[in-house]
Amino acid sequence: MSHVVIIGNGISGVTAARHIRKLSDKRITIISSETKHFFSRTALMYIYMGHMKYEHTKPYEDWFWKKNSIELKQAYVKTVDTSSKTLHFTEGDSLQYDQLIIATGSKPNKFGWPGQDLKGVQGLYSKQDLDNLEVYAPNNKVCKRAVIVGGGLIGIELAEMLRSRNIPVTFLVRETSFWNGVLPKGESEMLNRHIKNHHIDLRLNTNLKEIVSDENGKVKSVIIEETGEETPCDFVGLTAGVSPNIGFLKNTEITIGRGVKVNRFLETNIPNVYAIGDCAEQQETVGERSPIEAVWYTGRMMGETVAQTICGNKFAYKPGYWFNSAKFLDIEYQTYGWVFAKPKEQHNHFHWKHPDDTKCITIEYHKLTNEFKGINTFGIRMRHEVFDKWLSEKRSLEYVIKHLKKANFDPEFFKSFEKEIFTTYNKQLTSI
Amino acid sequence: MSLAKPDAQDISSKQKIALTLGVVGLFILSLALLNVDFSNRGWTLTASLLLITEGVILFANDAYLKKSKGIKNDDVWFKSLSSRGLLGWLTGIVLTTFYIVLYFYPHLLGLGKDGNPNTGLVSLFDPLSNLLSGNPASQWFVYGTLYTVAILVFGYKFLLKYRHNRYEQIRTISVMFFQLAFAFLIPEFMARLNSDSFNLPYYDLKNIWPLNYYNFEQYRVDDFISAGNIGLALLIFGVISIFVITPILTYKYGKRWYCSWVCGCGGLAETAGDSFRHLSDKSLKAWKLERWLVHTVLVFVVLMTTAVIYTYLSYDPEKYWLTKGIFLALVAAFLTLIFTLVMVFKRKEFGKDAQYGAIGYFVVIITLIGMHYFSSDTKLFLLEAETLRASYGFMIGSIFSGVIGTGFYPILGNRVWCRFGCPMAAILGFQQRLFSKFRITTNGGQCISCGNCSSYCEMGIDVRAYAQKGENIVRSSCVGCGICSAVCPRGVLKLENDSMKGRINPTEVLLGNDVDLMDLLNQK
Ligand SMILES: Cc1cc2nc3c(=O)[nH]c(=O)nc-3n(C[C@H](O)[C@H](O)[C@H](O)COP(=O)(O)OP(=O)(O)OC[C@H]3O[C@@H](n4cnc5c(N)ncnc54)[C@H](O)[C@@H]3O)c2cc1C
Ligand code: SF4
Ligand code: SF4
Repeated sequence: MSHVVIIGNGISGVTAARHIRKLSDKRITIISSETKHFFSRTALMYIYMGHMKYEHTKPYEDWFWKKNSIELKQAYVKTVDTSSKTLHFTEGDSLQYDQLIIATGSKPNKFGWPGQDLKGVQGLYSKQDLDNLEVYAPNNKVCKRAVIVGGGLIGIELAEMLRSRNIPVTFLVRETSFWNGVLPKGESEMLNRHIKNHHIDLRLNTNLKEIVSDENGKVKSVIIEETGEETPCDFVGLTAGVSPNIGFLKNTEITIGRGVKVNRFLETNIPNVYAIGDCAEQQETVGERSPIEAVWYTGRMMGETVAQTICGNKFAYKPGYWFNSAKFLDIEYQTYGWVFAKPKEQHNHFHWKHPDDTKCITIEYHKLTNEFKGINTFGIRMRHEVFDKWLSEKRSLEYVIKHLKKANFDPEFFKSFEKEIFTTYNKQLTSI
Repeated sequence: MSLAKPDAQDISSKQKIALTLGVVGLFILSLALLNVDFSNRGWTLTASLLLITEGVILFANDAYLKKSKGIKNDDVWFKSLSSRGLLGWLTGIVLTTFYIVLYFYPHLLGLGKDGNPNTGLVSLFDPLSNLLSGNPASQWFVYGTLYTVAILVFGYKFLLKYRHNRYEQIRTISVMFFQLAFAFLIPEFMARLNSDSFNLPYYDLKNIWPLNYYNFEQYRVDDFISAGNIGLALLIFGVISIFVITPILTYKYGKRWYCSWVCGCGGLAETAGDSFRHLSDKSLKAWKLERWLVHTVLVFVVLMTTAVIYTYLSYDPEKYWLTKGIFLALVAAFLTLIFTLVMVFKRKEFGKDAQYGAIGYFVVIITLIGMHYFSSDTKLFLLEAETLRASYGFMIGSIFSGVIGTGFYPILGNRVWCRFGCPMAAILGFQQRLFSKFRITTNGGQCISCGNCSSYCEMGIDVRAYAQKGENIVRSSCVGCGICSAVCPRGVLKLENDSMKGRINPTEVLLGNDVDLMDLLNQK
């Protein structure tokens, strides 16, 4: 019976384990240094805000692992010896594998800012980060102000978390408008206003220069690059993106770049060693997707795929149309297909925004053929299945706008905006 | 967790004032309970209820209107009241005590015995009762009034909390309306019609058998019959509501049309109980217990009602056109019909549950036959029908639905009764699972397994377990409250009525993945 060892008990590693179990009776061991059981990283914010407790973030009850004979080991892998197929742990012990899946996820980026390793300065990625947050920012007496550096999805979540405990937040964003490397102008600007409405001190065009320490090695303030202004604070959140967590592979035979290099079968350069999830870097990218995809569902899909390969049914990783979702404070966001911050060459944007400034959509389409390329929607839920179909059918912009109702996924009785959107569309047509 | 629970935010000074108002209102009631004699009872009661109402309204305004529209679950697990803290336990104890007194020691509330006038708390409600029905209050009138006030004021709070969600709003207005009109006012007005020659039993029209397990007891049936056409119409309505109206509405909309839009138990759970919905147990163990318990109660109530009706039909055979033999045959035929239909059309869908159903079915049928052949007229396997009725009333009607069901809100969550005990929910759920257009659709591959949906499902359904597989949720216990859909941060869940085909869609691999892999795994 061969032994599959998986490093990392996140969504990708756990999905791989579950599917291998369904397909075979191989011995399976999952290793993680973070927590004994799989929990949902995406729910970290809800624990801090008091919506849930840690145990509610576990998608499977604790008996699940034993029942499916998946062994769990809580330990940190120091290095991998691929020639003898052995893992070495920090505790000094080791483990033999026949097949190895690397699913070690990401770690927060730190760009060499002075003071980035002080107490009270951290990212938001792991359970330990959450525990530290409770130490340095439990309430607005211990933490009189927090500064967040980096305007992305985790940054805005961290801001919402801290605000839920009435901690004043200064949010430093390098870009001219929130997340405008990804979002078109109309949407990004709507979010700027939404963020400010939630009493978050949003500073656009602002870079961090330095984090200043007090006499105990704890953060005291930050200094801003552009103005030299010093802002006193008790906590600094570093949320300027994440990168693959693969430091422990440095002196091994496994080829790494920014992440663990894999081919379309998620195989590394070493036979029987695979990499999936946030830490995998595709040598050959898939469509418009980036070589490293740090999102939940791609981790899950890679887990599903690698399980097939390991169980003798070799499968390539072939994700379908891009989609994703997030929530910015009170505004839900979904995207299907590709909408770029600026329309791609030969492409155009159709944009509609509700007067209440919390709902809008942007559709990217081809200028000449009118082919529908993708949609961003804010404050309106849409049906994944329908857009997946429309994208495969290469529907036109007009078709999509006319049939938008079919794609609506808002709860029953919600006000719908298809008519307004259609009117806006007609007006724009005639004004061209 | 290694860390102690963080403190909840302090409440604002406006909220403190609001709380004080409410507490003063309750204090007046407790003074009455302690037999303080108020000179003007009408005004005192009005003042007390107004203070309570005003307190909740002010509190809710301050808590929600100052914040932006959206999900408001901050601090839920930090607050003592909503996280089984000291306040939660205290509230649980007070409520439980209240229910015990209400059911078993009503004289402690001041109910006048043997025609004596009321005293204490009950007498405080005399003026209101007189105004509505023309009769002095009973402990049930006190309870009904407080119950209605609770649904109305906490309904208001709920409306503010979910003011971004029209499904929640309309549903809540519906339960508030049904409680006020159907459960509270109409029966009181109906009582006005009564005279020596004409006597309608107290009838909350939306309260359907087997939830009101007593609806077909002899005294009520006699009253109905003696009240001429109106009475007969009501009796027929009672039969139609369970055998015709219920199946049709459940087929079209799922059991939610009743459980979270109409029902009074559901109404209280959704409004006053909203702060406790996350306390329901989501474990697989709890689900197993639920299925045994709720179906056992159903079997119990069917047997009990049959035995009770059978007994009075045999006492006074001349009085009713239905004979006991025909009655038993009808019951047996109906159950056999249901059983056959399920076995023929739904067996595949319903492996394990069908077995439960089968067991329940056989117990009932065997007992029915036993009733006919092995018992004297009044006894069923040596048990008096009356004993059955009394023990059902005590164990299920009082202890389970009242003391545990509501008294334990802050400990076990707000739908313990609806989930583990209610025989009406069992019937509706059975139908929802097998013959209904209702389901909760999962939105492709968007789920991030965060667990908000499962946490806030008051029925303890592990919604996430389905959503993260891309599978629709078709569960007999789902009351369609819509909260899972509301709290989902990724827009994954939608309550819908659509065709029966493809309603249940077990998937191995989700939308968005390689089409070949989806075909390979999902079509097998
Ligand atoms: C706050 C937050 C919110 C997010 N929200 C979303 C969202 O809304 N939508 C979305 O699509 N994505 C979201 N993400 C991203 C998503 O969570 C990740 O893409 C996903 O968790 C990656 O899964 P993974 O299995 O690749 O790795 P991980 O979940 O990171 O799991 C890797 C595990 O391996 C362990 N590990 C690493 N190295 C070693 C070692 N040497 N020895 C032992 N153990 C090791 C780590 O401790 C970790 O437990 C969010 C991420 C964060 C942090
Ligand atoms: S359905 Fe929504 S709330 Fe439930 S786990 Fe998935 S993302 Fe979270
Ligand atoms: S599954 Fe959703 S709609 Fe059904 S009871 Fe649970 S929370 Fe309510």
